[in-house]
Amino acid sequence: MRDLLAVPPPPTEDKRWRIVEAAMRRGAYSPNCLIETLHAVQETFGCLDEASLRFCAGRLRVPLSKVYGVATFYHHFQLKPQGRHTCVVCLGTACYIRNSPRLLKAVTQEFGIEEGQTTEDKNLSLLTARCVGACSLAPVALLDGQTLPGQTPESLIERLKALPAEETKREAEK
Amino acid sequence: MNREELEEMARTEREACSRRPRCIRVCTGTGCISAQSDRLAAALRERAAAGGITPDDVLEVGCMGLCACGPLVQTECSGNVYQNVRIEDADELLKAAQGEETSLQRCNTGMPFFTRQKKIVLENAGRIDPERIESYVSNQGYHALLDVLHNLRPAQVIEIITASGLRGRGGAGYPTGLKWATVAKAAGTPKYVICNGDEGDPGAFMDRSVMEDDPHRVLEGMTLGAWAVGASQGIVYVRAEYPRALKRLKTAISRAERHNLLGTNIAGSGFSFSIELRVGAGAFVCGEETALIASIQGGRGTPRPRPPYPAQAGLWNCPTLINNVETWASVPAILRSGSEWYASMGVGKSRGTKVFCLTGAVCNTGLIEVEIGKTLREIVFDIGGGIRGSGTFKAVQTGGPSGGCIPEELLDTPVDYESLRSLGSIMGSGGMIVMDQHSCMVDVARYFMEFCKSESCGKCIPCRAGTAEMALLLRKIAEGLADAADVQRLERLCEMVQETSLCGLGQSAPNPVRSTLRYFRDEVMAHVLEKRCPAGVCPITRQKGEPTHA
Repeated sequence: MRDLLAVPPPPTEDKRWRIVEAAMRRGAYSPNCLIETLHAVQETFGCLDEASLRFCAGRLRVPLSKVYGVATFYHHFQLKPQGRHTCVVCLGTACYIRNSPRLLKAVTQEFGIEEGQTTEDKNLSLLTARCVGACSLAPVALLDGQTLPGQTPESLIERLKALPAEETKREAEK
Repeated sequence: MNREELEEMARTEREACSRRPRCIRVCTGTGCISAQSDRLAAALRERAAAGGITPDDVLEVGCMGLCACGPLVQTECSGNVYQNVRIEDADELLKAAQGEETSLQRCNTGMPFFTRQKKIVLENAGRIDPERIESYVSNQGYHALLDVLHNLRPAQVIEIITASGLRGRGGAGYPTGLKWATVAKAAGTPKYVICNGDEGDPGAFMDRSVMEDDPHRVLEGMTLGAWAVGASQGIVYVRAEYPRALKRLKTAISRAERHNLLGTNIAGSGFSFSIELRVGAGAFVCGEETALIASIQGGRGTPRPRPPYPAQAGLWNCPTLINNVETWASVPAILRSGSEWYASMGVGKSRGTKVFCLTGAVCNTGLIEVEIGKTLREIVFDIGGGIRGSGTFKAVQTGGPSGGCIPEELLDTPVDYESLRSLGSIMGSGGMIVMDQHSCMVDVARYFMEFCKSESCGKCIPCRAGTAEMALLLRKIAEGLADAADVQRLERLCEMVQETSLCGLGQSAPNPVRSTLRYFRDEVMAHVLEKRCPAGVCPITRQKGEPTHA
């Protein structure tokens, strides 16, 4: 019989799992630090895949069903890996009445991805937000966390088309 | 830190400020940052020496309010505020900071947008450096806390809050003093204090601004509340979407702890209180207090029936005091200036001031704080500067997905809890979205219902199934496929969902639909009977004149 009290090892040898371990330690490995732990996983690895959910469940002694329930309940958690760039179109009220659905439609048509999907070359993910709190600049989109104020379908598409692919992005980071 | 040390800190800071007559305040609220004000501040620092000022003279401050004209910059020497300042204007701005003539566009601070406001919660926003505790202290910060800890009994604090007439600023408007008294009386230890910073209303960013621009005010308010009810542990629950607010609060907590304004034996009073941060993960329902508690405990944010109220059995089943960010931020000012002063503002049972986010089709979009009781007309047309461009006013939406749309003929209604409720809307957390003739009320109602449908936690059936059905019916209406019986069905569903849902989300979800049916029935019926959308927004599929099957 499998030892139910055994501490499961991290899914991979990746040293970054220590960051996740640290988050759990801060919460004394208590089941109530589940959300903090999931935040740590997502910040470190970009998304919550099945292996990481299983690991968190084992380490915090929370049923996997509950971990999955929490991970899917909150909008912030992503179960699929994201593209190199993320475009979030705000659908808050102020943005909505100033035509943000048109922004969404334009991106969908131009890049052939629906909300929540990533382009085939893994360069761009399209997400929507309930409100990013920049209502006086409506309609807005967030590109890699940066707020783009007063967008039109044309201006947004232009920005997205100009996005660097992987190599150039790395260079920019250097 | 005792009172003398606090005064000393304030004095040192004020002296340091007076030695910087040429300082420049750059607004780094969300609006202005999106217009690159952070890069403007960096450019100013870079060129400061050449312009005869030091990099320390460039201050990054919180939101100045008029986001429509950002980035906003204020120069200390003249007190002038400049608008739409670009990075290229840095040199010009350095000249202005030394009192020279400039060609920069001046913001008219004499216009009603500025003069009709009454700033209490936002009094420091745009003036102080949110990252420095000294800056807050030099503006009377933590003075109320030290006075209270040494001179007042907890019961007296609750009396003052009760007498001030302060009510919950999160939307429901429950009397704050009463809530505090209940928690103070509740048996059981430890007691918890929670700050609800899960601002999920689309179209609202007041709490974000308060947390980002004046984080110590929130901490001071919470500490005062904890002293009054006998709590030892506090939690600030902030949305993950607000990383800047999280960072600022984190800094503020560590600074306050370093100066012994938080932690054990605060300022030698024997009272201990610590605050920790919890990050939300994006769920509108977590604004409901029991759902928020479930989320803090690491689970899905689903509400539970009340009673027992969190005041009796909240976090870990202990007595818990939950207030919204703006409510907490009002507390220090009330204890500093007295309940009579606070109660002298406002109307009827609604006292004090309220912060609103004025957005949508108005000229002056931004963050405002007004005395409660101002009319909607004054807010939209005087402070907001009326409708932008050639548009005409159609409706103002208050209260987000729990509120309603108010038409032109009711614009003279004063903005207070009771008046807005009687119109079928609510005060809400403070989103105020103005719509012009280009907005279709059916489309707006459908938007809010889609929102509630996707944000319903799924625990109770009326909300889970009811919002989905209502969203379907509204879609039918918007597409021109509905008949008069569908409208009746919609009205019945509204009533059922309102009466039978478990928590506030479901109970108030029908409000946008009901207010639309009440004030914009003609427009709804145009979709149903004539198969046309007067505003030209809805995708009507059937042509006008085709028979309907009523």
